[in-house]
Amino acid sequence: MSEPHAAALSARNAEPARPPHVFVRAGGAPDLPPPGLVGGPLAWAQANLFGSALSAALTLASLAFLAWALPDLVRWLLLDAVWSAPDGEACRRPGAGACWAYIGAKLEFFAYGSYPREMTWRVDLTLALGAALAVWLLWPGARRKGLGLALFFGAYPLLALYLLHGLGDYARALLGGIAALTGSATLRDVARNALPLVPTNLWGGIFVSLLVATVGIVVSLPLGVLLALGRRSKAPVARFLCVMLIEIVRGVPLITVLFMANTMLPLFVPAEWSPDRLMRPLIGVALFASVYMAEVVRGGLQAVPKGQYEGAMALGLSWTNMMRLIVLPQALTIVIPGVVNSFIALFKDTTLVAIVGIFDFLRAVDTQRLDPAWAGPTISATGYVFAAAFYFVFCFGMSRYSLMMERRLARGRRH
Amino acid sequence: MFGGAKAMRATALLGAAGRAMGIAAVVLAGAGAAGQALAQDKGGRTLEQVRARGALTCGVNTGLAGFGIPDDKGNWTGLDVDLCRAISAAIFNDPNKVKFVPLTAKDRFTALQSGEIDVLSRNGTWTSSRETDLGLLWAGVNYYDGQGFMVRRKLNVSSAMELSGASICVQQGTTTELNLADFFRSNNMKYEVVAFATSNEAIKAYDSGRCDAYTTDASGLYGERLKLMNADEHVVLPEVISKEPLGPAVRQGDDQWYNVVRWAHFAMLNAEELGVTKANVDDRLKATNPEIRRLLGVEGDFGKGMGLGADWAYRIVKHVGNYGESFNRNVGDGSRLKIRRGLNALWNKGGLQYAPPVR
Repeated sequence: MSEPHAAALSARNAEPARPPHVFVRAGGAPDLPPPGLVGGPLAWAQANLFGSALSAALTLASLAFLAWALPDLVRWLLLDAVWSAPDGEACRRPGAGACWAYIGAKLEFFAYGSYPREMTWRVDLTLALGAALAVWLLWPGARRKGLGLALFFGAYPLLALYLLHGLGDYARALLGGIAALTGSATLRDVARNALPLVPTNLWGGIFVSLLVATVGIVVSLPLGVLLALGRRSKAPVARFLCVMLIEIVRGVPLITVLFMANTMLPLFVPAEWSPDRLMRPLIGVALFASVYMAEVVRGGLQAVPKGQYEGAMALGLSWTNMMRLIVLPQALTIVIPGVVNSFIALFKDTTLVAIVGIFDFLRAVDTQRLDPAWAGPTISATGYVFAAAFYFVFCFGMSRYSLMMERRLARGRRH
Repeated sequence: MFGGAKAMRATALLGAAGRAMGIAAVVLAGAGAAGQALAQDKGGRTLEQVRARGALTCGVNTGLAGFGIPDDKGNWTGLDVDLCRAISAAIFNDPNKVKFVPLTAKDRFTALQSGEIDVLSRNGTWTSSRETDLGLLWAGVNYYDGQGFMVRRKLNVSSAMELSGASICVQQGTTTELNLADFFRSNNMKYEVVAFATSNEAIKAYDSGRCDAYTTDASGLYGERLKLMNADEHVVLPEVISKEPLGPAVRQGDDQWYNVVRWAHFAMLNAEELGVTKANVDDRLKATNPEIRRLLGVEGDFGKGMGLGADWAYRIVKHVGNYGESFNRNVGDGSRLKIRRGLNALWNKGGLQYAPPVR
């Protein structure tokens, strides 16, 4: 309320005369100014951006940096960017920014590699099924997760293998043979009409990156838990084997394993016996992710108070039930940040398979920027910005999801 | 050569990895020898295996513009790739029965030695040690490469001999750097070397005006040129200061297969020399020139000795074209690389490409 108004109010209330020694409050206390700067953007800025001299200096420096970098960045990424063009000609003219037209033209290759274009629906279907199952499992309120788990870890890998790979001549002949033996007409039809083979040398792009990451994640969590339990178990042989495996695999760089698999393995085993060129890095990555996961989980197991174990034993629970019902749920909740950290690292490590000639997403981007039809001064930068955005979206998504899960799961321990 | 440079860099980065691998290699050397022996036991049967498999397995570069690179649709294209397609055409009458295995510089020879691929057509340089120590054979030279220089057009330099006193951008730790030193020393010229860890950095520095010239293998030089701000303002000088004969390699011990690969290349050369192209090959079947008649299998049966049909060369030209067509389409004037024929012109046009006659 403004001053003149308040004065007028007190003047009106002061009319009846009162003895001077008696204090009677005649009017309301003058209104205080509203607590203007406790909320709102200005107050927030004062508290957080200019709270101290150092803070103010940092704020100003950051603003200056943004003012210096942002205009050029926006110009390069958006204003001067080439959005559609039949080939690299428009992107090569001086002053042209990012060449998004190039991303558009190469998007299919980035997504599928050399996978036959008329059969890319198989990849799409596989990814859609995987995504649906993942949402089912990851959605906090979803029901019947047990069934989802069984589908994701049991049926889905087989189905994905069939969808992506199709049936080779051997599998077809085998099915046909079984059909002939059993006289089953359905089996014969299956053998005849099965999806055609798409050999793994044609696989590539985003879908291979996701494949490597998914295989790593799907294998590493259960295997990692088993290895961690094995390492803490009292059975000497099991413990020794687990420790050996963890320490040996963890003791060599992933790149060494990949090189060994792709340059050494073929020399030691006959060509027919050595696993597929894509299979080798898949096994390597899965093994690697598992031993790192084992150590993360072991940290969680150690953090569970001893009383929990003793309580479980006092209740007469078997070892399996103690682990399944009491210890692991607590241990895994504790290590969520570590687990997600491993997953994010694994997701980015999938780019390492490129050094053994697998066309993962990054490798696909890296190759296509050399295409003479498009090559130009901005092509490499455009490709790498696109790749960075892709990896960031996935890693940031995983990070946010894990934070949400941590908050939900930590409710029991919140005070 | 390219591979060599990359390999060196990777090795430097992964020193520990390399050492670990070395130890493993020593430990398992016995097994390795056994594996190699096994691979060689299969000698004489490669063509049979390819037929039984229904596809040729061909090792190619993971991405080198004009030589071996997948296009938007994921189809492999390039000069080296065309040779694989030619072999496939000769065997199956279909240029697409090829399984391309993209190989890095590190695992390319192992893949060939172990029998994982049938032929390595991946811009590999033919050297004595690779044939004698690695147990491989080069079936020919489908591209005579060598180190060249690129300069700005406005410098008005027409020969590498005029580069005295120039600053030159180069990739560190490669044979390219050593060849450069040799060239300038033997010609008694001064120069300033500006070395970078990767070829990308080197070309960026050259583009920004840090150096007068940029040097790498000529085949790569044309590809790098396209990354520059104004590609047309730069020229590649005619001199080639090193010998890098690039060609397809096969395992030793299977002479029949060696002939198939070698003569697939020769057939493309002969077709160019005789003026037989993809477009006119059917017409040429009626030609009276006996050389054309022998090449296309109208007269005689020259494929038999290799286990192929009489029309093996006809199939190659029909599906892939002759060497000149392949060159033009992938790296020559028909492509953006615009590499001149130079050493790769036919012998009767001032180049080195020479094929023995079919008879």
